Amino acid sequence: MRTKRFVDIAVESILKNKMRSLLTMLGIIIGVGAVMMMVAVGQGAKSQIRASIDNLGTNLIVVTPGSSSQGGVSRGAGSFNRLTVQDAEAIKRESLLLSGVSPVIMAPTQAIGGQGNWRTVVLGVSTDYPMIRDWTVSSGRLFDSEDQSSMRKVAVIGATVAKNLFPDQDPVGQDLRLRDVPFQIIGVLQAKGQTANGNDQDDVVLAPFTTVQTRLAGHQFIGQILASTALSSDIPAAEDEVRSIMREQHKLAPYDGDDFTVRNQTDIMDAEASTTDVMTLLLAAIAGISLLVGGIGIMNIMLVSVTERTREIGIRMAIGARGSDVLSQFLVESIVLSVIGGALGVGLGFAGAKTIAGLTGWSTAIAPAMVALAIGFSAAVGIFFGFYPARKAAQLNPIEALRYE
Amino acid sequence: MDTRDLVIQASGLKKIYGTGGSEVHALRGVDLRVARGEMVAIMGASGSGKSTLMNILGCLDQPTEGVYMLDGVRVDGLDRDELADIRNREIGFVFQGFNLLARTTALDNVELPLLYDRSGRKLDTKAMARATLERVGLGDRMDHQPSELSGGQQQRVAIARALITNPAIILADEPTGNLDTHTSVEVLALFQELNRQGATILLVTHEPSIAAYAPRVVEMRDGLVVRDHATQELHDATSDLQDLEPLEVAS
Ligand SMILES: Nc1ncnc2c1ncn2[C@@H]1O[C@H](COP(=O)(O)OP(=O)(O)OP(=O)(O)O)[C@@H](O)[C@H]1O
Ligand SMILES: [Mg+2]
Repeated sequence: MRTKRFVDIAVESILKNKMRSLLTMLGIIIGVGAVMMMVAVGQGAKSQIRASIDNLGTNLIVVTPGSSSQGGVSRGAGSFNRLTVQDAEAIKRESLLLSGVSPVIMAPTQAIGGQGNWRTVVLGVSTDYPMIRDWTVSSGRLFDSEDQSSMRKVAVIGATVAKNLFPDQDPVGQDLRLRDVPFQIIGVLQAKGQTANGNDQDDVVLAPFTTVQTRLAGHQFIGQILASTALSSDIPAAEDEVRSIMREQHKLAPYDGDDFTVRNQTDIMDAEASTTDVMTLLLAAIAGISLLVGGIGIMNIMLVSVTERTREIGIRMAIGARGSDVLSQFLVESIVLSVIGGALGVGLGFAGAKTIAGLTGWSTAIAPAMVALAIGFSAAVGIFFGFYPARKAAQLNPIEALRYE
Repeated sequence: MDTRDLVIQASGLKKIYGTGGSEVHALRGVDLRVARGEMVAIMGASGSGKSTLMNILGCLDQPTEGVYMLDGVRVDGLDRDELADIRNREIGFVFQGFNLLARTTALDNVELPLLYDRSGRKLDTKAMARATLERVGLGDRMDHQPSELSGGQQQRVAIARALITNPAIILADEPTGNLDTHTSVEVLALFQELNRQGATILLVTHEPSIAAYAPRVVEMRDGLVVRDHATQELHDATSDLQDLEPLEVAS
């Protein structure tokens, strides 16, 4: 009953000064809005990353050069590329659990053909690669083992390359010059769209690794080996298998560390997710600071309000308000202010998340728990920053307060 | 005088403001007894300590020295919260400057003291506020804010606010100080009427013409009571008002 009275008084006094109340709440509105938006977008980005990693193919295992135990430094100037086609072939030959293995040689290339030229990346891969990535052609065909063993200059191009070089023509059967080497286009890949980071997965040219190695790359080393298992339950065992084959290939002594890294899809996902976590943390810090500023704004305006209403406080005390009544009144007022601000901030966050969702096509979601947390946090800000002004009001001397002009 | 029916029983009240060389002895040993149902005017020159005495009697302030019994309860030495509760239950204040809450209707202003009631009884505060406003003749102004009321009407709202808790005593410090003669007499007529209905009233005034409406006058000088006497020619505000009425119509 008493609390309801205080809430009534608080709402009334807030409504009497609408503009000022709104400006006071602005800090909280923006702070909470930012938090809501960032969490919503963060969630959206995370699920987007998950989707695009799922897009990599299923049950994926990736071997990259360099040791992971050396951390980020491992791929620095000191280490040299230690993955070879022979490694890939050994894994393919000796593994019992893998359903497909492919070396991946990346060669950024200027592609010339049809309408002009286009900067893209040529991936030298084996015939297993499309199966591992779950890629198919929309027209033409993929290259086969015959093309691979004969080092034929054939290429399968991504939808983006097709659209840019052959906008109104079927690319299949056309010529394509990659680093001045003429290739024949035998197929066009099914379009796959963008990854979460905005990478265009269709901006790619696939060619047999044998051809790419001899004609384009000019060296024996490869960027990574991609493999997959038929069953996801086989992944851990398959990873061990790959590791021991690689150690044997590289003739590592038992006390030597791995000079390569074997990761599965979940590891990659976690790494990606941790990047977004860092981003989330940063944004959370910014949001925290704006909430702090918002709280100080509330404290400031409550101090002004206490001074302005000194006489009112005196009157209330004269007719029997205890210090605690006055304290409650002002505390409730600052809580109501900050909670209304928090609610408006949630609304702003919703609108912002919707807008971003509309612009990026990401799915953004605001969980009810988030809303509750945001409102609760606003209330806490109200209590924390409202307490000092409220206590100041409660400790006023009634006689002096009554005489205040 | 029957001691059991004394609302105010103060003896040796002293109030010293400040410390050291700049001490101000606002009260220097005041004795005062007010029985239930009395209407007393306190007079005295500016600075004689009238407001200081009212503040102490109203439990807004504590005496530096002396004993003060309000309605049979010793109140000097109580803490802030206890004093607040006593103000709420036992005392009704009427101020010179009205001291109503701005942008708050007459009804809500009058209801206010009941909202701080801690007795736990269930009260229909709105109905009580309405009845009290009617008692002071403002039944038709309940939803007006102070800025929409005349000075006299504002003071009547303030009187209703003082009355609503049915206090042991009403303390009015220069209640007519901001009012013209006619309105002052109107307010005094209300006080006399309430006094006839049993209210105990203590009012501070500079003007002998206002003091003439109180049956008993206490005069102060330099922090002491120098004279305490019955009014020789007690005026009746209601009949004075009838004499003044034609004037009002003419203007
Ligand atoms: N808070 C205070 N601090 C210091 N001195 C004070 C304080 N309040 C009152 N005084 C002093 O105490 C004395 C009595 O003041 P008080 O207000 O009681 O006089 P008063 O009789 O009400 O005068 P007036 O008729 O002008 O209202 C004065 O000398 C005044 O200056
Ligand atoms: Mg005074």
